[in-house]
Amino acid sequence: MNLPVQTEGLSKRYGGLTAVRDLDLTVRPGEVYGFLGPNGAGKTTTLRMLLGLVRPSAGTVRLFGRTPGAGRLAGVGALIEGPAFYPYLSGRENLRVLARYTGVGADRVALVLDLVDLADRAGDRYSGYSLGMKQRLGVAAALLKDPRLLILDEPTNGLDPAGMADMRTLIRRLGAAGCTVVVSSHLLGEVEQVCDRVGVIARGRLVAEGSVAELRGGAGLRLLADPLDEAAARARELVGADRVRVVDGGLELAVEPDRAAWLNTELVGAGLAVRELRPRERDLEQVFFDLVERGTADVA
Amino acid sequence: MSRSFRAELVKLVRRPAAWLLLAITLALSLIFTYLFPYAGVAGGADGPNTDRALPAMLPDHLVGNSLGGLPVFLGAILLILGVLVVGGEYGWGTWKTLLTQGPTRLQVYAGKVLALAVAALAVVVAVFAVGAVASALIASAEAQPVRWPSAADLLAGVGAGWLIATMWAMLGAVLAVTLRAVALPVGLGLVWMLAVQNLLAAIAAPLVDWVATAQRGLPGPNAGALAAALGAPGDTPGVAATVGGGQATVVVAAYLVGFAAVGAALLRRRDID
Repeated sequence: MNLPVQTEGLSKRYGGLTAVRDLDLTVRPGEVYGFLGPNGAGKTTTLRMLLGLVRPSAGTVRLFGRTPGAGRLAGVGALIEGPAFYPYLSGRENLRVLARYTGVGADRVALVLDLVDLADRAGDRYSGYSLGMKQRLGVAAALLKDPRLLILDEPTNGLDPAGMADMRTLIRRLGAAGCTVVVSSHLLGEVEQVCDRVGVIARGRLVAEGSVAELRGGAGLRLLADPLDEAAARARELVGADRVRVVDGGLELAVEPDRAAWLNTELVGAGLAVRELRPRERDLEQVFFDLVERGTADVA
Repeated sequence: MSRSFRAELVKLVRRPAAWLLLAITLALSLIFTYLFPYAGVAGGADGPNTDRALPAMLPDHLVGNSLGGLPVFLGAILLILGVLVVGGEYGWGTWKTLLTQGPTRLQVYAGKVLALAVAALAVVVAVFAVGAVASALIASAEAQPVRWPSAADLLAGVGAGWLIATMWAMLGAVLAVTLRAVALPVGLGLVWMLAVQNLLAAIAAPLVDWVATAQRGLPGPNAGALAAALGAPGDTPGVAATVGGGQATVVVAAYLVGFAAVGAALLRRRDID
């Protein structure tokens, strides 16, 4: 199967600095893949290598099974590190010029302008656009070829909250329509809301990859009950001592959430007052910082 | 490549700076080739260039007069145009926008080279056209006979002018790719054309033999020699018959191809930031 994105041992060195090292990245057809990492982690360099803008120092890149060369970006749209257009042309003229390079028709230009809600201002000069409008024009350019793979580098930069919500909706809609989307971001919430799978990069290395749920780690339950020490003792008898921890005035139980009803019955039956019993999720932000810290320590 | 060429042509035609450069080119050509010399003739002034008398401004001198500015001053404007067309993509960060649409670097670059070649031809034809109108007006005002150069001479003149103009535009393009900018290539290009070339010719070459020999292989002196071979006035800066017209044509053409090829090789090899 020709995967939308597949890299093997991808590395990029600038003199003594290794920006990306031994990156094995796989993006499956139709998924929205989040490429997450702090600023300077190597996200943009990686995306530039995918698009042939930067030559890898080592490793290979394949987009839909094609290695670098003419025509490799057929069916691929991208917005890399902020929008860049000709300031003396209008938004529409900019897209028409780009469309000429690929033979895309004027009707497609009108369609993508509508799609990013820029049709009303399409006749204005690009130099007069706000940052948000420039960003939307950048997304419109990325959509010009009706891509099967869309690569968006920090697509919500410069957008107001409504614009960010619109962008997330657009990404979800494209994903639902079968377009494979790679979204890089340093914003956890953004990735969490739109992505099927996430790759976390730190200091140029992929330190974790999986669904958001997988990254959060194993499931569990959070229990508040009185008296706490008796509840802890009873819980240890029921699920095992190694699965019970006292955290922040409550208990964290490393058990499947579907055992909550059984556990509640047992605790109440033992005369304990159960105030709260709910599924526990690890905070993604904490997961992210743990991964980045671990990745940084490994490199050091 | 034809798609890239059409896209580049649209960008060039819609760019205000391109029209400004054309206007400056025509104004300089008109002022220094016809207006000032005619004012001198009309005022009966004595001076270093008064040998450029009325007959030199008449239509039969159109070819030489139109080519006279290209080795230095008009050439400098073509160099700026070359820098703008290629270096603008670095300045605005638009290389990534273009290349992520799918064309290869060489396709885009070839489109730019062709667009510059067409623009250079348009500039040269415009200089000839403005010169034709000016010389015809002077002839009419002074009741002189209007004798136009032959079609073959005109064609050779436009061809030589295009060769020189395109070579300077390609120098601008290769400087822009090398330095990945706009301001620095323009500055360095102008320093070379307006200062270093003149210093070499006026000061170094008469004193040092190898500089005089090297001059015969440099782009500026060969452009000047080509213009001189087709009748450009010898008192025009940069115009001198240092080599024959045939050699000058070959050398200028070689520089044109060389500059374009070096620019393509560098662009293909380097990362796009």
